[in-house]
Amino acid sequence: MENKNRTIISVVGKDTVGIIAKVCTYLSERGVNVLDISQTIVSGFFTMMMIVDTENADQSFDEIQKGLAVLGEEIGVEIKAQKEEIFEMMHRI
Amino acid sequence: MINILEVKETNKMVSEENLDVRTITIGISLFDCMDSDLDKLNENIFNKITTVAKDLVATGAKIEREFGIPIVNKRISVTPIAMIGASACHSAKDYVTIAKTLDRAAKTVGVNFLGGYSAIVSKGMTTQDEYLIRSIPEAMASTEFVCSSVNVGSTKTGINMDAVKLMGQIVKETALATKDKDSLGDAKLVVFCNAPDDNPFMAGAFHGVSEADAIINVGVSGPGVVKTALSQVRGESFEVLCETIKKTAFKITRVGQAVAKEASKMLGIPFGIIDLSLAPTPAIGDSVAGILEEIGLQRAGAPGTTAALALLNDQVKKGGIMASSYVGGLSGAFIPVSEDQGMIDAVNEGALTLEKLEAMTCVCSVGLDMIAIPGRTSAETISGIIADEMAIGMINQKTTAVRLIPVIGKDVGDVVEFGGLLGYAPIMPVNEFDCSAFVNRGGRIPAPVHSFKN
Repeated sequence: MENKNRTIISVVGKDTVGIIAKVCTYLSERGVNVLDISQTIVSGFFTMMMIVDTENADQSFDEIQKGLAVLGEEIGVEIKAQKEEIFEMMHRI
Repeated sequence: MINILEVKETNKMVSEENLDVRTITIGISLFDCMDSDLDKLNENIFNKITTVAKDLVATGAKIEREFGIPIVNKRISVTPIAMIGASACHSAKDYVTIAKTLDRAAKTVGVNFLGGYSAIVSKGMTTQDEYLIRSIPEAMASTEFVCSSVNVGSTKTGINMDAVKLMGQIVKETALATKDKDSLGDAKLVVFCNAPDDNPFMAGAFHGVSEADAIINVGVSGPGVVKTALSQVRGESFEVLCETIKKTAFKITRVGQAVAKEASKMLGIPFGIIDLSLAPTPAIGDSVAGILEEIGLQRAGAPGTTAALALLNDQVKKGGIMASSYVGGLSGAFIPVSEDQGMIDAVNEGALTLEKLEAMTCVCSVGLDMIAIPGRTSAETISGIIADEMAIGMINQKTTAVRLIPVIGKDVGDVVEFGGLLGYAPIMPVNEFDCSAFVNRGGRIPAPVHSFKN
């Protein structure tokens, strides 16, 4: 898993219509490729995780991270973008 | 591939359990700054620090964003200044100018603390070592970011009791010199036995003579994460308890390893070590005493505390060592009183005394740390406490340290507030029976028999 451009996007918040659509639209407009999506509802809270590849993105990691945070505020959920490496380090030997 | 539960687990550690990287510390050698002209020496020191560490704070902030892991402190450690100033300094006052230069450099690069205003005098003191030590009260009073340490003993050399005696006086003088700030100067001064060369934690960090020109050392933390993990195994056997601590320590340390490698790459400075310490903060839940309570003690200090701390310290090492390619520094559980809400509560309720803390230092990293004592405590008594702690380190071949704060104008029953990560502390009673005839003997305590391994 030595792809430095892989980023984990996590979305947590109140479930509403169109959360996945809005996040995916935002990412596709910036050239970010979605590799995997998993989603669940935990005690009434919408929880989603996406693995994305930012290699061909037309914005920097910082810009995408800030943009997603703003988008999250608009939808009423918390959106985080973190490099996949930190999760690989913690959970894989 | 990483799954949603693993992502949730990591992010919960950060958002609810205070997981953080406590410090990225750059060690910087100042040997190439040495000059016999004091002004030139100061200029060289300032230039080297502000060049090598200029991107440290920005790099730390970038890693923090990319990984989503808070990095609480960015710090610098330098070669022990007693050596660096040896040919330029002809008085204690001369050394104070270097302390001020270090302070200015720390402020310029924006770090939280700079350590290394230090002397290594475990066997003997040079004239310059003594100048530096005697300059500590003024240096601590006239700087904001500089931390000082003095190594007065080791398993190999024994204990330099002349230095122990002097440090009792210096701790007292530093308290007096900073008495308008509740003797805060002593929170930045630590006396060591077996001080490591690569410790990233303050106040005792310095860049040892065995180190390269510049190096990145990282200190991880996460008492809250360990406590939460242990709350899931209440009532289970010691085997389950120990396995849980090991697994948690592994995860925490991996975060430190990731941050250290990334910082090393971005700054172009080699990675040195990860310090595996569990470092508490005054934040609720971020407490080593809290872990001891979770292990099964009503309060830290209750019978069983030393055993519980011993197993905690050992399991943290066992879990952490596999998680990092290089482990060093102090690596163990810290038990500073003022920086740990659970320890403060234990003292306030009468569960924890200075003597029990001393016993606890036999089985965990460091020693009597951030303990406020009455301001009227004599220099000889402070030296006696230092000597006891140094003996524990010397005999057990481990690092021990003393960071006592005799708070001028305060006594048992009072509380002192240091602020920030340094926290607040109740003044603890000290055994007042006299030890001055012992302290005033002069000379050295010889190295113990088990140090002769050649």
